[in-house]
Amino acid sequence: MAPEMVEPEASPHLHLDIDRTGQAAVPDDTGDPVFEVEDLNVYYGDFRAVQGATFTVYEHEITAMIGPSGCGKTTVLRCFNRMNDLIPTARVEGRLNFRNVPLYDPRVDPVEVRRRIGMVFQKPNPFPKSIYDNVAFGPRVTGMAKKKGDLDDIVERSLHRAALWDEVHDRMKDSALGLSGGQQQRLCIARAIAVDPDVLLMDEPCSALDPIATTRIEDLMQEIKDDYTIVIVTHNMQQAARISDRTAFFTAQLDSTTDQRSGLLVEYDRTETIFSNPSDERTENYVTGRFG
Amino acid sequence: MAKARLIGDRTSKVMVQAMERRAADVRGRVFQFSLLTTLLISLFIIGVLIADVMIDAWGLLTGRPGGFLSGTMRSLSDDPKLGVQQALVGTFWIAVFVAVLAFPIGIGAAIWLEEYAPRNRFTRFIELNIRNLAGVPSIVYGLLGLFLFVQSLGDLTGGKSIAAAGITLAILVLPIVIITAQEAIRAVPQGLKEGAYGVGATKWTMIRSQVLPYAAPGIFTGTLLSMSRGIGEAAPLLLVGAVSGRLGGNPGFFDLSAINAESFMAMPVIIVEWVQNSGRDPGFAEAAAAAIVVLLVFVILMNAAAILLRNHFEKKRG
Amino acid sequence: MSDSRVDLAEGFSVESLTANPRQARKERLIRDSLGATALVSVLISGLIIWSLFSEAWTFMVEVDWGAVWDIGWFPRRGIYDIKTLIVASLIVTGIAMIVAGPLGLGAAIYLSEYARPGVRRTLKPILEILAGIPSVVLGFFALEWIAPNVVKTLFGGPAAGSLLAAGIGVGVLVIPLVASISEDAMKAVPMSLREASSGLGARKITTTVRVVLPAAVSGLMAAFIVAVSRALGETMVVFMAGGAAQTAVYTHDPLDGSLTMTAGMTSLARGTDSVVGEGLTFQSLFFVGLVLFIVTFALNLVADRFVHRVREQY
Repeated sequence: MAPEMVEPEASPHLHLDIDRTGQAAVPDDTGDPVFEVEDLNVYYGDFRAVQGATFTVYEHEITAMIGPSGCGKTTVLRCFNRMNDLIPTARVEGRLNFRNVPLYDPRVDPVEVRRRIGMVFQKPNPFPKSIYDNVAFGPRVTGMAKKKGDLDDIVERSLHRAALWDEVHDRMKDSALGLSGGQQQRLCIARAIAVDPDVLLMDEPCSALDPIATTRIEDLMQEIKDDYTIVIVTHNMQQAARISDRTAFFTAQLDSTTDQRSGLLVEYDRTETIFSNPSDERTENYVTGRFG
Repeated sequence: MAKARLIGDRTSKVMVQAMERRAADVRGRVFQFSLLTTLLISLFIIGVLIADVMIDAWGLLTGRPGGFLSGTMRSLSDDPKLGVQQALVGTFWIAVFVAVLAFPIGIGAAIWLEEYAPRNRFTRFIELNIRNLAGVPSIVYGLLGLFLFVQSLGDLTGGKSIAAAGITLAILVLPIVIITAQEAIRAVPQGLKEGAYGVGATKWTMIRSQVLPYAAPGIFTGTLLSMSRGIGEAAPLLLVGAVSGRLGGNPGFFDLSAINAESFMAMPVIIVEWVQNSGRDPGFAEAAAAAIVVLLVFVILMNAAAILLRNHFEKKRG
Repeated sequence: MSDSRVDLAEGFSVESLTANPRQARKERLIRDSLGATALVSVLISGLIIWSLFSEAWTFMVEVDWGAVWDIGWFPRRGIYDIKTLIVASLIVTGIAMIVAGPLGLGAAIYLSEYARPGVRRTLKPILEILAGIPSVVLGFFALEWIAPNVVKTLFGGPAAGSLLAAGIGVGVLVIPLVASISEDAMKAVPMSLREASSGLGARKITTTVRVVLPAAVSGLMAAFIVAVSRALGETMVVFMAGGAAQTAVYTHDPLDGSLTMTAGMTSLARGTDSVVGEGLTFQSLFFVGLVLFIVTFALNLVADRFVHRVREQY
């Protein structure tokens, strides 16, 4: 099932072509909520990037966030591990609970949050160090490994999980920058899961990769979702349809009072519903390629 | 041309004409030639400068190179014990003060400004202040050293001592260290920083493990440049009172008691001294040229290393 | 599995996400120490201003101002004619800019617009090495080579030091400064402007003179102003090759020897173990220093504005 890199504009009836057979069906029993988002607003200075998003992310599911560029999906994702704190002007309002703990509580330390909620970025960003040191970085800085042997175990286990071990086990001391783009991205996944997070956030993880590397990452996500909860931002609708259990569709809406566009969550549902029977017209226009 | 023929005779003729006109663009040629000339004049001046110094220094440096390096200040230029040892010791200690004071403070300030500083008016004020300090004439730093380290804090520094001179020069190069280190830190890709934060690194862990290693070549380039500036600087030393005439003691390189002794010499100052002596004893011009060669070896090596290092990493990282 | 999973099972609360106090203390300590190092620069500025003002103030209050506008600079005899120093400084700076302006700008245009990458890679480092040559070396060069070979042969001046020899020496010193700031300014002009101009059929010279230079004018102004400021503050070349020691009678002839502000200060502070003479001799040093500081400070501020304008434009 190599993905066809067809632009949505070229295939208006995209949702009908997607073959979901052979995939894990959406579990009927819904797991525990991991993130509860309620009336979330994100500002950069005076600019409101996201307005009033409300949805819930469930355990051991893959939740996809889709929408045209500038719709705030990445902004929302970066709230989940307080990555937006790195932008000095960013401000978050509303309720965002992670396993019933408010993430923006003043007592919460973003560093602790990121140890539990890992992130994989749009552009593979391996450190300019060896393959081993890349994966060992997290366990080292968080003080996870008590003994040298522990660290070796963690590195090996993480690389196995990221389906990279076979390709790199004989060159662990080589620079990570020598790997191909797809390998680098899997290394970044290995690096993220080495600290054994609860959640993995993925920000368009395949946008810089070729179709084959993309397939490998997608397969990998299916394999690890039993252990982790995954939230993925993607602008590739087929990808969202193939891999996710639930989908949130965002759009950029013009605010007539400020004349600025800000991100709005239009619809959130099981992926099948979003792609085959959306309740909002804007969602339907988007998934059928009439807009965006 | 081959392409032009394919298109057709008329087109090709037009193109050939256009090309010929281009070749006959006299004004453009003259302009380009005069630009190149200005550049070559500058390079020619360096050539003449180095040749002039080398010719003057040749006899002394080939005659008794070891004796010149280990000799001391003398009142006659033909004294066989004439040499730059005291000046080398002084310059060595100035370099130590620059390395110990200016490097850590400068790099620390650069890290704070790039990674910690809030974006507000106070930070902008500090940055403007640093840029202005970089443009303050070196002699004004000499006045600061004279007022503060020689006079007000004379009991601590020993007055006109190598300590007073070293601290003054460390202050003088501090803005250069800060500005070059800031540039190096600013060039660290955001992706590396986010990657480190993403697995739960604290700010300092992120800086130590990602920012500093990545920025290290650039920071090192800056420290080399500022060190070469520091050891070549003469004006502040004249103001904080490098001795003229005789130097009583002849301290060794690691004689710590000499740091705040009331007299010191340094390479750039001995050059000035000997140039001035050449009025009454022309042989000192030769000694000055030889001292310049010694100083230039250090300065040019440091500068060349800095430039090569920077170009190497700029190329490697695109 | 690791600790993080365990506490998820056993009642996860806000405390699970609270910072480890020891680690938070360490982070704060590091942040504050680094902040302190950044404040050192402010402290230094304060100390410079304080040291200049405190002594210069004594001078300005106690001096007989007739002595500040007199026949020349004889600080040990109580005659502090500031115009002697200022005029000499202006002459040296003017000559330096006549030398460095065209040479630096020409080199910059060539490197930025004409030189092939390989040529640029070789020539630019050499120019940068010129930038690193200590000013005492140029002082020696101005006195021993420029004075006899340029000033005497071409201008019929003295073979020894003169304002002209010093000015040419300072000019050589600031060439790399003019060249590098100008080149940065021209490199900052977007490629699309050049392409648009060539696309209209403009020749290279037209593109360079009519498009690139006007677009880079803020940066070129900055280069010029910084060079003037640097030339005014340059000390060793004028001290060694300026053709006057200790004292100077007022002159505005570039072929004469005189003292600039910087050379005047240096010769005053040098020569004896301490600054001695009339009551205000020591203070006069700081008065001249204050004048120089204010002028260069103003020039640097203006240049900074221009540099920022370049950044905002592109």
